[in-house]
Amino acid sequence: MNNILKAITKDSFVLPIVAIIMGLILGAIVMLIGGYNPIDAYSALLTRVYGDPYDFGEAIREMTPLIMTGMAFAFAARAGLFNIGGEGQFLIGMTAATVVAVQLHGLPAYIHAPLAIIAGAIFGGLWAAIAGFLKAVRGVNEVISCIMLNWIGLYLANFVINHFMLLQGQNRSEDIQPSASIAIMWLSEMMGNARVHWGTAIALAAAVFFYVFMWKTKQGYELRAVGFNQDASKYAGMNVNRNIVKAMFISGMFAGLAGSFEVLGVFQYQSVMASSPGTGFDGIAVALIGLNNPFGIILGSILFGTLTYGSAGMSFSADVPPEIVRIVIGAIIFFIAAQGIVRWVLKPFYAKRKKEKVL
Amino acid sequence: MDVLTIIGQLINTTLVFATALIFTSLGGIFSEKSGVTNLGLEGLMIFGAFAAGVAGFYAQDAGLSGFGAACVGVLAAMVFGILVSLIHAVASITFKADQVISGIVINFLAAGSTLYMVKLLFDGAGETGLISGFDKVNIPYLSTIPLIGDVFFHAYPTTYLAVVAVIVTYFVLYKTPFGLRLRSVGEHPSAADTVGIKVNRLRYIGVMLSGALAGIGGATITLTTTGTFSHNTISGQGYIAIAAMIFGKWNPWGAFGAAVFFGLAQAVRNYVQLFAWTQSIPQEVIYMLPYVLTIIVLVAAVGRSSAPSALGQPYDPSKR
Amino acid sequence: MGAATPVVELKQITKVFPGIIANDSISFKLHKGEIHALLGENGAGKSTLMNVVFGLYQPEEGSIEVNGEPVIIDSPNRAIELGIGMVHQHFKLVQPFTVTENIILGSEPKKGTRINYKKATEEIRQLSEQYGLQVNPNAKIHDISVGMQQRVEILKTLYRGAEILIFDEPTAVLTPQEISELMEIMKRLVAEGKSIILITHKLKEIMQIADNVTIIRRGKVVDTVKKSETTPQELAEKMVGRNVTFKVDKKPAEPGSVVLEMANIVSNNKEGTAVLQGLNLQVRAGEILGIAGVDGNGQSELIEALTGLRHVDGGTVKLLGQDITNMSPRKITESGVSHIPEDRHKHGLVLDFSVSENMVLETYYKPPFNKGGFLNFDAIDKHATRLVERFDVRTPSIATHARSLSGGNQQKAIIAREIDKNPTLMIAAQPTRGLDVGAIEFVQQQLIAQRDQGKAVLLISFELDEIINVSDRIAVIYEGQIVGEVLPEKTNDQELGLMMAGSTAKRGAAHE
Repeated sequence: MNNILKAITKDSFVLPIVAIIMGLILGAIVMLIGGYNPIDAYSALLTRVYGDPYDFGEAIREMTPLIMTGMAFAFAARAGLFNIGGEGQFLIGMTAATVVAVQLHGLPAYIHAPLAIIAGAIFGGLWAAIAGFLKAVRGVNEVISCIMLNWIGLYLANFVINHFMLLQGQNRSEDIQPSASIAIMWLSEMMGNARVHWGTAIALAAAVFFYVFMWKTKQGYELRAVGFNQDASKYAGMNVNRNIVKAMFISGMFAGLAGSFEVLGVFQYQSVMASSPGTGFDGIAVALIGLNNPFGIILGSILFGTLTYGSAGMSFSADVPPEIVRIVIGAIIFFIAAQGIVRWVLKPFYAKRKKEKVL
Repeated sequence: MDVLTIIGQLINTTLVFATALIFTSLGGIFSEKSGVTNLGLEGLMIFGAFAAGVAGFYAQDAGLSGFGAACVGVLAAMVFGILVSLIHAVASITFKADQVISGIVINFLAAGSTLYMVKLLFDGAGETGLISGFDKVNIPYLSTIPLIGDVFFHAYPTTYLAVVAVIVTYFVLYKTPFGLRLRSVGEHPSAADTVGIKVNRLRYIGVMLSGALAGIGGATITLTTTGTFSHNTISGQGYIAIAAMIFGKWNPWGAFGAAVFFGLAQAVRNYVQLFAWTQSIPQEVIYMLPYVLTIIVLVAAVGRSSAPSALGQPYDPSKR
Repeated sequence: MGAATPVVELKQITKVFPGIIANDSISFKLHKGEIHALLGENGAGKSTLMNVVFGLYQPEEGSIEVNGEPVIIDSPNRAIELGIGMVHQHFKLVQPFTVTENIILGSEPKKGTRINYKKATEEIRQLSEQYGLQVNPNAKIHDISVGMQQRVEILKTLYRGAEILIFDEPTAVLTPQEISELMEIMKRLVAEGKSIILITHKLKEIMQIADNVTIIRRGKVVDTVKKSETTPQELAEKMVGRNVTFKVDKKPAEPGSVVLEMANIVSNNKEGTAVLQGLNLQVRAGEILGIAGVDGNGQSELIEALTGLRHVDGGTVKLLGQDITNMSPRKITESGVSHIPEDRHKHGLVLDFSVSENMVLETYYKPPFNKGGFLNFDAIDKHATRLVERFDVRTPSIATHARSLSGGNQQKAIIAREIDKNPTLMIAAQPTRGLDVGAIEFVQQQLIAQRDQGKAVLLISFELDEIINVSDRIAVIYEGQIVGEVLPEKTNDQELGLMMAGSTAKRGAAHE
């Protein structure tokens, strides 16, 4: 708890808040230029999300995978790696979970569902580990290999559905066995049939795991050391290559879990997709907003999920094209990435802090 | 259809796909040779395709011929690409943001903002109005050579422009003072600085050139294949152009070869169904092919040692 | 030099950085044809001052005059226009470019829109002959020797018409023979009418070549003297501000049994060439073996082979009789080897970790720091506090990031960590690089203390004086082999220099 309070009051916490405000303002300006009313638009957005139990439940459903893909990027980032392969890991994890959920029969729920979830996690992890392995052993830049694996993952996922589990006449897999579902039926009924599922709880638990693992365990210490300084870590006796692969594996597990939640908790089947759903990339934005910190990511995904889910409300009620929300989010992460701009804006508000230089 | 005709058409299609990749990877080379990682090529292509679609439409509407409107489209794409690339340049050069993230931001912004603008301009429609774009041209004399004439010398003008671009890029980078200085800034900015070269200014130029070229790359798709711009006009070509640049070891001719290779891999998709023995290969495997090949070549080629030494590091004069 | 106008005059230059006054009202004159040395310790302000002259920094106060005319030097371009050229300590050369490309960069002769390489090569050839600076115009920088690279740096300034040349610590990477060659080049430059400022902390070179010396300490000018009217002792005292003993205080060594034995070590690099070619070495308990050699002759590879960071292709490494050849770095450390790496930022510390996290960089996985996979912060913090106190590491707290510590304190932290492991063998690579005199003394004393406790110490340094003063025995490394062993009290610079350069006359020319 102490650490969270410390993190909140440090000046680095101010940065994302200001960036968010600046992004919202920019969005408002773009709306004005297009002839729309930003006040109407933003209030329509909020009403849509927090207006009634169904929408609220669905908004939570929308935020959940973002927590996971956000943590996927952030976890790898802490180890010095750019995992932009969340898309592919998401899809491969999803496919693995679907296979277990659809093809295995006669298992009781308390075995089937966890098994499907674990399958999703492991295969997502393995998919990411490929990129980690290529980097460790052949020095292949993980950015390019992840991009390639994203596409390969998409087509591989479609291949599996099309050739092993296709529902006749439809563009999707057969339904999963009810024993594999992680939807929370009673809560769902309470919330007007919003598709709430256990994945949300797992995501929150995963955030705690991220925190404890990274900062309290010896494994996390190694990953952070490698992330900060590979050379010093090597000199200190750490096995850098093993850590790279490990970090990518765990990172991919987060993304794979996100994919499995979508099938096991929300849709109960997997579609054949014409293009990548984008959850992995959105996770990168969430991770940036959350400063690669698990609790920041939870907050970031709340923001992101609110904006995205609410954008439908904007287009219904205020007639604003929902894409405006992508511009707002793009602007927010731009301001976070280019911190200098935010600091420049904040200069008049800031008392300069002295650096602790010791002579 | 006989084999020769099919091969001819395959080469034709390859050239079309390759053209966009050539322009974009050349753009990537200018940016990265100057030391700035540019992952935003995908977004820049989107912006370029968008600009070409919109400007071309309005030009055609205003009475310009198909060719004239298409040229306007190319110019618009170039200008728009330069403007958007400035976002990346300002963030990563002046504000020293992480260049990978800054590039990703461009990609993020691209899809949403272009679609937003299309809806604004075209009454809520999801794509720009149809334009005729470029027609194929015949190179005099050469196009009458039997067999190969029709294949190599009867193509879109943008394809020939792309080849010219490769030649010009090579000349500029390796024979002119500008090119020497640009490359020095990407290898050892401090050395360039101490002989009075303006590091950041050259980096801005490198990024803006990448914006211009990638914008043109995106425009060629709109102007020679689809005739419109919509949300899936550009899907992944920008990333493949990055791969082409890396395979080509950041050399214009290398990138050219790699771009043709990838163009071929994409073109093959359309023709593979025609042969009996290929019909048993699942569609998805064909789609995967270019990407799997990329990884294989990446693993085998180990191109990392050819990257400019100062790539990805913002230049900080106080750390001389 | 009479009352002629100085070519360069600095009047009360003051340069301030946040928290430090790097140059405090410095005044300085350079006359035509003079070699004027700027003497001072690391961090005294010499480089800053020269960066002001070269236009890389702007002074807060003071003025500069060139040939009697006041000037504002706001960029290197302006400095170059005024005829000022700088030969940097860390060469500013673009590795994949050729010698010619590096020399003409920024001032390329043109033919239309292309670079006129023919003209460039011709001009360079002329300069090269005029000043005796032999270079190969078409060679790429990453293929040529350090000596030639320096000549390229010098040609860069001459190509732009420099009349005033600033040499920043030019001899750090040269053998004694190459240093002599550089001295000849400087004399030739001066004979052709150039004026030279020589930044250095090496008294010997000053006594050899300089006409005048200005001593700087903590940003202020202490004095300006004629070389002919002073002694190294006097210069050293002015530089440091107190009585300086050149000798290190130590009892004679009492070496015991052999701790480290390296026999016929062969190691190849990626291209297949051997970087260690049959290296033989022995270090006993209770002695300091110093390895002398010019940078690039296998020192780094030797250390890597010892610490498990490099594959040994032939030969054996034995520690107390046990074969540790090609064991993993962690196992070697656990066998009793400590290592103070030569690049403390790159290899010694994780700058973004706290001091306490850095203190357990090699031991975090062992109890008491590791309890069942979880870190025991209590134990880690106690450990760090103890080390910080015992070794006087100045830091606001053990939670401070290592980045915020000064160079000297960072090195102390590393030494604290390595000594605390109670090693059998202590490897120290460039341990005093970039440190001020107080820190240097501390480090050297710690090494001697280790030796007095019966440890074996392997010292690798490019500073010959340090090797001679601190070691009990000296081995010289050349091209991946130990080519000679001497006792410090029985040798001198000349002999060591010859061995460092390959010893026999017929091998001397092989380098360029």
